[in-house]
Amino acid sequence: MASTKMKIKKNKTGGRDVMVLAKHPMETGLRKDKKTGEKIPAHYIRTMDFAVNGAVVAQANLGAGVSKNPLIGMSMAGAKSGDTISATWTDNKGETGTVEKAVK
Amino acid sequence: MKRRIFLKSSMAAGAIAVAAGAGLLAPTRVLAAAWPEAAFTAKSEADALNAFFGSADAQDSGDVTLKAPLQAENGAVVPIKVMTSLADVEAIAVVVAKNPSPFITSLQMAAGSAGGMFSARIKMGQTSPVNCYVKAGGKVYKASQEVKVTVGGCGG
Repeated sequence: MASTKMKIKKNKTGGRDVMVLAKHPMETGLRKDKKTGEKIPAHYIRTMDFAVNGAVVAQANLGAGVSKNPLIGMSMAGAKSGDTISATWTDNKGETGTVEKAVK
Repeated sequence: MKRRIFLKSSMAAGAIAVAAGAGLLAPTRVLAAAWPEAAFTAKSEADALNAFFGSADAQDSGDVTLKAPLQAENGAVVPIKVMTSLADVEAIAVVVAKNPSPFITSLQMAAGSAGGMFSARIKMGQTSPVNCYVKAGGKVYKASQEVKVTVGGCGG
C-alpha cells in the first residue's frame, strides 16, 4: 500500500517542481459501506513533509477533502542538480510512506 | 440531515483523539508545524481561516492565480493549482466554501526555500467557489473561482 512516487521537473524560474503521488484511500469517515450499512472509518493523510538533502523546507497539510491517491505538487526554488528531494507522509492512523529522488 | 450532523461531529471527535499520537511520530521535523487541527475541523470558511492564519481578512490580488476547471464532471477528483509571483510566501491554503469541512489542504514553507506553486486534487460536494489564500510577508492574499460540480464527491 505504501507505494509513493515522485516526479521532478525543472520550472521556469530555475527551481524544481515536485509532484508526489501517494497511494492512499483518503476515507472521509462520512461514507458508508453499501453492504453492511456501517460507517467506513476516516483514514487520510495529514501531513506531507518535503525535504531537500534531509532538511524539511515545506509541509503540506491534508484533510479528508483531498481526493484519494493524492497527487501533491509544489515547487522548490533552492533545489539544484545533485540534491536529493524526499517526501514523507503521515496519516491519521500513524502510517507513513516516503519517497526519495535525486535531482538530475 | 440530523444523521449527517451526527456523523460529522463523531468524526471530528475521533480526529482529535488520534492527533496527539500522530505528532509523536515525527521527531525530525525541522519546520515545526503540527497538523492544524482547528482549521480542518472548522465548519465555516471564516472559522477555518481564523484558525489557520489568525484572521479571516484577505485581499484580492492579481499576483495569485488559481487554476481550476470551470466545470467538474466528477466532484471526487477536481484538480486545482495555485500559483503566485509574490515573494516570501509562507503558506498557501485551499478552501472550498460549501464543503462540509471547508478547509481542504495547505502548504507551509520555510521562507525562500520553496517557490510559489501548490497543486492538489480535491473533493467537492457541490458547486461552490474555490478560494485560495496565500500568506506572504505577513499579509494574506486571495484568489477565487467558481467550480460547477455535476456529481458530488463528499461521502454519500
